[in-house]
Order: sequence, then C-alpha cells, then structure tokens
Amino acid sequence: MMHSGIVAPKGLWWVPAGKQEKLWVTVAFIWCMILFLSMPFWHMVGGQNTTGVRSRVDPAAFNSRTEKFVQAYKVGEENGLPVVAPPAGSHVYIRAGGFTWYPQVLKLKVGVSYTIHLSSIDVNHGFSVFPINLNFQVVPGYDYALTMTPNEAGEYRVMCNEFCGLAHHTMVAKVIVEP
Amino acid sequence: MNASSSALPGLFRTCPVTGLKVHGPAENLIKANAVVAVVTFLVGLVAALLLALTRWQAVHLLPADWYYRLVTAHGLNMLIFFIIFFEMAVLYFAGPILLNARLPMPKVGWLAFVLMVVGAILVEYSVFTGQADVMFTSYPPLRANPNYYLGIILFAVGALLVTILFFATLIVAKKERTYEGSVPLVTFGALTAAIIAVITLLHGAIIMIPAWLWSMDLMPMDPQVYRLIFWALGHSSQQINVAAMVSIWYFMAGITIGGVVLNEKISRLAFVLYILFISMASAHHLLVDPGFGPAWKVVNTSYFMYMAVLASMIHGFTVPAGMEVGMRLRGYTKGLFEWLQKAPWSDPGFSATFLSLVIFGFLGGVTGVVIGTEQINIIAHNTLRIPGHFHVTVVGGTALAFMGVTYYVVPLIFRKQIVGMSWARIQPYIFGAGIVIMATGMTIAGMFGVPRRHWDISFTQAPFKVEFPAASDMALGLLGIGGIIAFVGGLIYTLVVVASVFFGPSYTEEMARTGKGNVPAPLHKLPPQVHNKDEHHAPGTMVLVFIFLAVFAVYFFTNWKVLSMIWKVG
Repeated sequence: MMHSGIVAPKGLWWVPAGKQEKLWVTVAFIWCMILFLSMPFWHMVGGQNTTGVRSRVDPAAFNSRTEKFVQAYKVGEENGLPVVAPPAGSHVYIRAGGFTWYPQVLKLKVGVSYTIHLSSIDVNHGFSVFPINLNFQVVPGYDYALTMTPNEAGEYRVMCNEFCGLAHHTMVAKVIVEP
Repeated sequence: MNASSSALPGLFRTCPVTGLKVHGPAENLIKANAVVAVVTFLVGLVAALLLALTRWQAVHLLPADWYYRLVTAHGLNMLIFFIIFFEMAVLYFAGPILLNARLPMPKVGWLAFVLMVVGAILVEYSVFTGQADVMFTSYPPLRANPNYYLGIILFAVGALLVTILFFATLIVAKKERTYEGSVPLVTFGALTAAIIAVITLLHGAIIMIPAWLWSMDLMPMDPQVYRLIFWALGHSSQQINVAAMVSIWYFMAGITIGGVVLNEKISRLAFVLYILFISMASAHHLLVDPGFGPAWKVVNTSYFMYMAVLASMIHGFTVPAGMEVGMRLRGYTKGLFEWLQKAPWSDPGFSATFLSLVIFGFLGGVTGVVIGTEQINIIAHNTLRIPGHFHVTVVGGTALAFMGVTYYVVPLIFRKQIVGMSWARIQPYIFGAGIVIMATGMTIAGMFGVPRRHWDISFTQAPFKVEFPAASDMALGLLGIGGIIAFVGGLIYTLVVVASVFFGPSYTEEMARTGKGNVPAPLHKLPPQVHNKDEHHAPGTMVLVFIFLAVFAVYFFTNWKVLSMIWKVG
C-alpha cells in the first residue's frame, strides 16, 4: 500500500527505507561531510581566508589613524588627491564614507604583505577589488584588519558593493600594484 | 478521507474532485490572501522589468534614484508580501482543508489579514514616496521613515497570528477526530514551514522593534548586531519558502500524476532537519563581516555540517522518485524514463512543479551551497552572483511552484475554470526559461565582480573608470533578455489568474463529477492517491540524482580553484 502526500497515513509508518533511498541518503551524507571539511581544510592549507584581526573601533579614532597613515606615506598627488605608497609589511588604513574611499589612490608592491584595515565612518560599505573579485564587508564601528598579498602587477579598482546611498555608484578607488 | 463530521456542518462543502471537506471560512481566507499575493506580485513584477532594463547596461533605463527605490520595492513585494501572503493561503489549505477540519477563530484570521494589508500599505507608501530608500535589508545607519519599520512589524504580527491559527487547527482537528492516523505529509511539511515562520518572525520582532525605536532616535543600534539578527528574519523567511515549496512539490506530485511518498519516515525526518538547522543560514550573509570569527562562520554557514543541505538532497530524491514510482505503479514502466516522457507536460501544474524541482535543485541549491562556503564567499559577496543564486531558488523554485499550484487553487477553491488555458500551458516554460537565462547572466556577471544593487557599473560619474570585460556586458544582456522573458511569463500568470478568478466561468460540481470544464487535465480524473502495491524501484531518478551530484562537485571544486588564484588574504 502506497499513498500520496495528501493522504493521512494510518498505522505504523516508521518502517525501514528502500535500498535506493538508503544509498542516496548515505551518499548525500558523505558529500555533506566533504562540503563541511573543505572549510577547516582551507584554513589549514589555503591562502584565502576571512579570519583577519577584528575589533570594535570608534569612527573618530579610525579617522585619525587613517589621516596619520596618509600623512606618513604620501608620495604625491593625483587630481588633488593624495597618492599613498606604504612600505612592506605596514598597516594600511582605508576609510569608507561619504561615497569615497580614503585614501583614493594606493600604491602596493607585488609579493609583499600588508595589513589592510577597513572601516566606515557612516554606513555599511562593500570593499570589492576589481578585477580579482575579492570582497569584504565594511561595517561602521568595526575594524577589519586583513593581511593581503598582491600576486600580480597592474591597476586595480576598489568599488563599493554595499548600497550606501544615492551616489553609491560613484564610489571607487585606485590601487596600483607595482612589480 | 471523509472522517466523522465536525462542529458547524453547515459551513462545510465536500469537494467533488478530491473528496475533501472544505470549511467555508477557511476557504474565504485562502481566497483573500491569494488575491493580495497576486496583486503584490504584479507590483513586484513591474518593478522587476524596469530593474532588468536598467541593469542591462546597454539600455540603462531608470535614473539612479528610481533604480534604488525600485530595488527596495521589488525585494519587499516579492520576498515578503507576495510570498508570505501566498504562504498564509498555503497554511489555511494544509491545515483545515487537508485535515477535513474547521478553522478555529476565523475572526482572528481576518484580523491578521487586516494587519498584514495595513502593514504592507505603510511600507509601500514609505517606499514609493522616497522615504525608505534603504533596500530590503535596511541596514542601519541607513535610515527610513519610522512608518516603514512599523509597517514591517504589523505585517509580521499578522503573519504570526496566522501561524498560531494553523497550530490551533491541528489541535482542533486532532481533538475532533477529523482524520485518522498521522497528519498527511503535506500538512507535516506545512507545519515545518509554520514552525520556521515562528522562529523567523520572532527574530523579526527582536530586530525590527528596536530599529523602529532607533529610527525615532529612542535607542542606539549597532550595525553589526542588526545585520546578525536581521538575517535571522531575512534569510530564515526564505527557509519558510523552502519548506512550503517542498510541501507543494509533494502535494502536486500526488494530485497531478499520483506520485507517492516513498517512505514517510525519511521525508519527515528531512523536514525535521530543516526545523533544527536551517535558520543557521543567516550566517551566509555575514561570511566576510568583521563581527564574527571563522569557527562561528564555519559552523553556522554549514547549518551544522550541512544537515539542512542533506534534507534538501533527500527531498530532491524522494519527490521525483515518488513521482517515478507513482507513474510506474500506473503502468508506465518502460525503460528508465517512460514515466517522465508520459507525464502530463501540458498541465501547467505538473510542468511548473517539475521545472521548480529542477531549477531549485540543479541551479539554486548548487549555487547557494557554493557561495555560502566560508572562503568562496570572498569571490561572491555582494556581487551579482548573490541575486543570481536566489532568483533560481525563490523565483525559479518557490514562485514557480506557487504558480503551478495556483492553477489548481483556482478550480478547487475559487471554483472557477481557467480562462486562457493555452496561455497557462506555456506559462511555466516561459517563466522558468526567463528566470534561468536571467540568473545565468547574473551569475556570470557576478563572477567578473559586477556588484549587485548598483546603478552604473560604467562609473561615468566616478573619479576612476572601471572597465569590465565585454563578456560581462554580454552577461548583463542575458540578464536583461531573461528578465523580459520572465516578465512575460509572470504577466501571463497574473492575467490568467485575474481573468479566471474575477471573470471566469464557474467550475460547477456537475463538471467536477463528470470530468468536464476548462481545468488542468488531472482534475478531470484524479490519478489514484492510494495504490495497493508496494514499489521502491526508481532507476530513472537514481540516474538524475547522480548527474546532479556530478554537476555539484564540478562547480564546487572549480570555485575553490578560482579562489586559490586571487591575492592571498587572511
């Protein structure tokens, strides 16, 4: 006796499953474990993780750290905007707010690691590096410090990919990675 | 199915097609909620077309302010109003109707309906007058008019009342012995949806009441805490959809081709896994957020070791296998796929259900698990890959399944014939194809980094240009063309439903008994719902699910490979 899903089953229905069902449930379970283990595995061997160093930060404090960072490593100007070239291994502060990234032009070197601090002084923003499609959320009141190592020279863009207001689509910065 | 009579016999009629006893007050609430669902669907649909024509960069139709406003309106109308009003109708059906029971306290049902309608109107007014350009997500400190949050709260309270009525119905039906044995699987699935709805709506209250107070400067709001709790509303509400959709798959499998439940234990356990684990999916939105550590992210994003994915993979097998076995029991036993070839593909109920199953499983499920993998999310977060995923779950999956069942609700509940049956026949194919094309375009564009919710990816007013490759422009063209096709499919659905419900000829008892009338063919002679043989052999489905697994594995590992090629980050 078999019935459809609109029929109220009478009597005992807690019976063993058929062979094919058992096989599929087993295979699906094993696949789920593979999916799960892939993440801790990548934490051990992979180069791309989301861990970083995360802390709360007062927007005013982050703002002054960013200003200090820009003043310390400014190497020139482009259209009146500071061009910043931090040394290897340094802490880089990128402030989001008012539909701009600050600093707006950043010079990095291939194969060198930087600790990049992301935060916002107004609303949520999205840190999205073009064309490698690397994305992190920028949340006001939080400092997300991620160690990044560019692996190829070229001109990159940082777009905002979290809606931040009516001029959201004008928010973009330039990153130059030198060989 | 006709069990003992219950109180107030005068309010019942017996459905001539299914033999179910239909409680009048429950039926009226199904009608009211379904009609409002279709109206809000139409609002969302018009917005969808305009958005697709704006994201198609070569057309770029709307100005920036209206683009963002309509993204907000589209999200709310489709994800909240259309879907939840429809789910309220599903609850009124799966409770009182399927159990032959009366709906207790129908006045509470109407109170809930009024609350939900008033809430929706408050939200629509705030959005369309430009006082709530905050997107569906309304992340603080972006701020909307307080009425916006109040509207969401009223809507959620109304929906919560309906879930309580559903639970009350189960108690009344049990007490009044309107059915024998256990509740049907479809009702069990709807119960799952209702329990997840309670979890969802309570989180909604926990975050939207503070957000409302915050919008009036009455309390502070932490942006990261908001994101955490909001997604227990925002994502979990999509899990109500999953449970409701799977219930409808089981319902339609039975009604359209006599599909069976292979094993009640397995299917019900899979639903229980949803209840236990699916709400953890809120973490999918927080994988590249600063507020949470990797251990929290890994455990939550995987629904505690992918137990909810396991549940979906089980349903993804048992539903088609149940269809296959049902068809084999009816004599379609040749080869691997005769059951599929001889299925009623011209019945919009069946075609919509099967397409929903395939689109949700192959495209929606696979893309979702992949972008919801902690590290892979780095190359997906807030790109068009995200809407590319959820348009093949909630639209190609849930909405399409809801459309399919509508073609049965119209004759069975509204007791009207379908006006424009030949349009209805092709509608699921048009809508399904449009959504698949559009979502494919979104996913490809997203792989190039094209952001979601973004008015101008040519950055004409920005300090620096961003030059996307030609391939991403082509992908956005696909998005636009697919969007237009899906719009046509959605419009046909709306027109057919409105014409049938308001202007269609009646579907009389006489017609139902004699198998006449312009209604889906299986209603002329319902396939058997009980078979007197046992069968567990579904070789065709076995082939399909292993193809599915292969596709899944290839897409999963390809994404890890792509991730490994970008800058080192950590």
